Amino acid sequence: MKVLLSWLREFAPIEGDPYELADHMSDLGMAVEETRILNPLEGVVVARVADLRPHPKADRIQLVDVEIENGDPMQVCCGAFNMSVGDLIPFATIGTVMPDGMEISQREMRGEMSNGMCCSAAELGLGSDHDGIMILPEHLETGAPLMQELGLVGDILWDLEINPNRPDAMSVAGVARDLAARLDVPFEIPEWTVPSSGAAEDLASIQIDDGVLCPRFTGRVLRGVTVGKSPLWMQMRLTLLGMRPINSVVDVSNYVMLELGTPNHTYDLSLLPNGHIGVRRASDGESITTLDDQERMLQPNDGLIVNEADEPIGIAGVMGGASTEISDTTDSVLVELACWEPRSIARTSQRLGLRSEASARFERGTDWQINVTAVQRFCHLLNEVTPGGIEIVGEVLDVAGTTPDSISVPVRTSRISMLLGRDFSSEEIRNLLTPIGFDVENTDSQDVQLVTIPSFRPDTETETDIAEEVARHYGYGKLGATVPRSPDAGHLSPQQKLRRVIRQVMTGAGLIEAMPNPFLAPDDITKAALIVEEPVRLLNPLAVEESVLRPSLLPGLLTAVAYNYSHRNMGAKLFETGPVFEASEDSSGLPLETEHLAALISNADAFAATSLLKDLASTLKLEFQLTNVDGLAGLHPTRGAKINIGDTEVGSLGEVDPAVLRSYEIEDRCAWLNLRLDLVIEAAISVEGVSYQPVSTFPSSDVDLAFAVGEQVQASEIEMTLRKAAGEELQSLHLFDVFRSGQLDEGVRSLAFSMRLQAKDKTLTDEEVGVVRQRCIEAVESAHPASLRA
Amino acid sequence: MSVYDQIAEAKAASVGEIEKTGDLESLKAIEPMLFGKKSTLGGLKRLMGEVDAQERADVGQALNEAQLFVREAHEAAKKKFELSDRRAQLETERLDLTESLHVANRGHLHLVTQTMERLEDVFVGMGFTVSEGPQAETDWYNFEALNLPAAHPARSMFDTLYLDLGDRTEIGDGEGGEATNILLRTHTSPVQVRVMESTAPPIYTVCPGRVFRRDTADASHMPVFHQIEGLVVDRGISLADLAGTLNEFTAAYFGGAISSRLRPSYFPFTEPSAEFDITCVICEGDGCQTCQRTGWIELGGCGMVHPNVLANCGVDSEEWTGFAFGFGIDRLALMRYGIKDLRDMYTNDVRFLEQF
Repeated sequence: MKVLLSWLREFAPIEGDPYELADHMSDLGMAVEETRILNPLEGVVVARVADLRPHPKADRIQLVDVEIENGDPMQVCCGAFNMSVGDLIPFATIGTVMPDGMEISQREMRGEMSNGMCCSAAELGLGSDHDGIMILPEHLETGAPLMQELGLVGDILWDLEINPNRPDAMSVAGVARDLAARLDVPFEIPEWTVPSSGAAEDLASIQIDDGVLCPRFTGRVLRGVTVGKSPLWMQMRLTLLGMRPINSVVDVSNYVMLELGTPNHTYDLSLLPNGHIGVRRASDGESITTLDDQERMLQPNDGLIVNEADEPIGIAGVMGGASTEISDTTDSVLVELACWEPRSIARTSQRLGLRSEASARFERGTDWQINVTAVQRFCHLLNEVTPGGIEIVGEVLDVAGTTPDSISVPVRTSRISMLLGRDFSSEEIRNLLTPIGFDVENTDSQDVQLVTIPSFRPDTETETDIAEEVARHYGYGKLGATVPRSPDAGHLSPQQKLRRVIRQVMTGAGLIEAMPNPFLAPDDITKAALIVEEPVRLLNPLAVEESVLRPSLLPGLLTAVAYNYSHRNMGAKLFETGPVFEASEDSSGLPLETEHLAALISNADAFAATSLLKDLASTLKLEFQLTNVDGLAGLHPTRGAKINIGDTEVGSLGEVDPAVLRSYEIEDRCAWLNLRLDLVIEAAISVEGVSYQPVSTFPSSDVDLAFAVGEQVQASEIEMTLRKAAGEELQSLHLFDVFRSGQLDEGVRSLAFSMRLQAKDKTLTDEEVGVVRQRCIEAVESAHPASLRA
Repeated sequence: MSVYDQIAEAKAASVGEIEKTGDLESLKAIEPMLFGKKSTLGGLKRLMGEVDAQERADVGQALNEAQLFVREAHEAAKKKFELSDRRAQLETERLDLTESLHVANRGHLHLVTQTMERLEDVFVGMGFTVSEGPQAETDWYNFEALNLPAAHPARSMFDTLYLDLGDRTEIGDGEGGEATNILLRTHTSPVQVRVMESTAPPIYTVCPGRVFRRDTADASHMPVFHQIEGLVVDRGISLADLAGTLNEFTAAYFGGAISSRLRPSYFPFTEPSAEFDITCVICEGDGCQTCQRTGWIELGGCGMVHPNVLANCGVDSEEWTGFAFGFGIDRLALMRYGIKDLRDMYTNDVRFLEQF
């Protein structure tokens, strides 16, 4: 919403520094996005076009002689052709600095002198019209400074951001009311009176069939209406507030809407059989051709204006119909000033894509009590701007639907003080509320006042809402600042701490955290060779490429690595933590959402993933068991394993399927690790704080054993057997060498393990170590196709 | 030759041997000649038996002094040789420490994660816990419980992405068949609702996390972005408490030069509602292009939790009051580093990510 100081001042004697006034409006919740002191345009004067002739050497410009005062006409070259001899136009004389900073100088254009510039509205910062030179009204004085003639000298334009709960501030008068209260100056909406004659009842009638849809419908019959141009002052105000001047009737309509916040509509009365207008909701299958000549299909909740034959002639509050449109031949007009159910307007305008200045106001709720004033203002203005005036017929036609009840709320001074954190007195509250239209009465209780909410504040309903009004007008910034303290210490949960630890393990291992798009294209799933029966789809995606919620972190990380490869960042090592989605529902009906950790290490084989898992295991004090599995979805068919913690499967690792990598144009091997982060964290929590083993003070003995083991046996199985056989003296065990060679039997590789043995209570003798060694060898050889290598 | 002359001669001979040595090894080789029974001086012990009883003490003392002298000479020579050996050794071990072949290999957390953790840490320091919840939410938690019933005009403030779950897409409280039941949360406020439902006040918590809007990506919008919201519910919580808490947070996170202010605003879930601005972090309030010369930048929304929201969560709004606030994490990260385009944060280009 834009407001102009001169217009505000028609309602309240507002004065002050433009920026201080802007601060006040922002502090009242009408955030000022721009304060513009209208450019005085020194050097721009009213000039008369004395002659027009073609430029001898150029088609796109013409030569114009302009006359200022009584001097000799001056020649200008001009690129616009919309003016005629005798027109008054704005003329920038030599030396004028235009709003865009350009200085006007004498110039030669293809051999002809140009001694100034004829200006469009846009060039002057007075509107958006670039199409031609601004044609000024006849009555202006030639040679006079333009802005002074327009009455705009020193005027200030503010652009305000109005919150959806402030329909009152969608009008010049409403802004003036709020600001006047802050500045402690009087505010008043004038009662415009217009002379009328005859009786309107014979000419028009209004019938409301749905009082909820239409709480009030006010109309008036006007005769002798001619559609012409509105005066320049009106055009200027409309233009500055962001509306395009059209013609006198439309301009008056828009002016009243901007001024009082009341959208309105005009009907050509001669096109309304018997002058009858009805209001009802649409039924299925109805349609209407609107003012823009579009056929619109209607739905049962849409509000409709109908004629005597019950045919739609307008969509209530959204757009009028073509069949009753004002035209050049119009003489009699019915002006409509109605209130509409906000929800209905919101739904209809949204569905039809017809959001307008009018629907924006109806959606928020217009003031039903200002109808008559607004209708009078309409008549008053149209009478003023129509040459020879208009005839206003009879009384105001005013039909009520279901008008809202006036709401009175008991307001506790103690409660307001508590909510705002400052001790207010009842009197202070009354003095803050009364100037903005709230009626405040005493009650039997000293703490309680009865506050009646004005009709232009439909958003305000409760004691808490009133608290906001009190705070707003007192000033949020003056309330003070206190800091409440939680009775408990602040902390992260064990899960949150462990998630951070896990991320640190990842970065410690050289991985970079990525945040790929969680939305996938449907074919991303097959591109990554994943098998997902029913992925979670978006109902209203922005694009089909972003229509599926990821069932795995793999496609996103592959896309990220591929992006890096295409930008010569080979060897990217990325990880991500975050939820993946499955269509199957959890207990509350939501899709299943589980938090995963995934790492994709390019230019690395599967062991990069196992190393990462070992780092995690060591930090979290967890034991992960790997089981080689062929053909895991998305993984290299012979380089993949599932990961368990005890009986619980928690993920998988390996390398990405070479075919998948090819489809992403990644030329290197990529190691892949995927874990159910939630399960890993729970497991890590369960082993936290497990008691420690005292460090033995006795010397340890090392035993190395190498076995020739059939390829069908996992190294981890041998390790498990050794661990069991070694017994409680085993302090550590790890695989330290693997080799394959022609010297070994076919299908067999050598696995060498290093064990450290240590007793808690004594030095192990050579004999005792020998016994354990022998036990281990026998256990492995008997349990597996394996033999000790000499 | 007197006994004393013999001792002096033996002492001089021993010292002479020491002086002839050139390194530890040759010094070691003559040690038998210097010390012990078979050494030159050691051999003179027999003289003790040859002198008078009354002279024996003096001879003994002379012998001891000579032996001590030799020992010191030996010790000095040994130290000298050890020192020169060490010097020689060290010289052979000389390194040019700029010849390191190591390429730094630490990873990096995403800028959003780093920012989120920093924010969490500040709030934890202020006595808050950190709460989380699902990203796919019901209409109830995302809207209705927050005083945004179906067809509420303020729903247009949130361009929502809905989920297609086949038969379960519409579980029915939507009006006119338009509303669907399950959506991607448009803010982290549903977490607040879940916390209030499951926890008795007092509540002091922040809810960071990923949120979704049906927005086309551009320099300042992403359909997927991150927010942190805070919720306090306690006895006697006031708007002044909100202002104070935000001041404290602002100073802790941005530093003492940055302060915050509240301006009236509108949100369906709070009443009174406010926008909260902070001193422009670029110009520290002097006015610059970033803050459009106002000296302030808008950070987020906040307000007193609407009584309807408290009621929807089973909290008695006469006994308990609360405030909530929220702001975008991504924008904070952009601001801190002067990143011009939000999309840069999500290309996952390692050359970008490695800088943080």
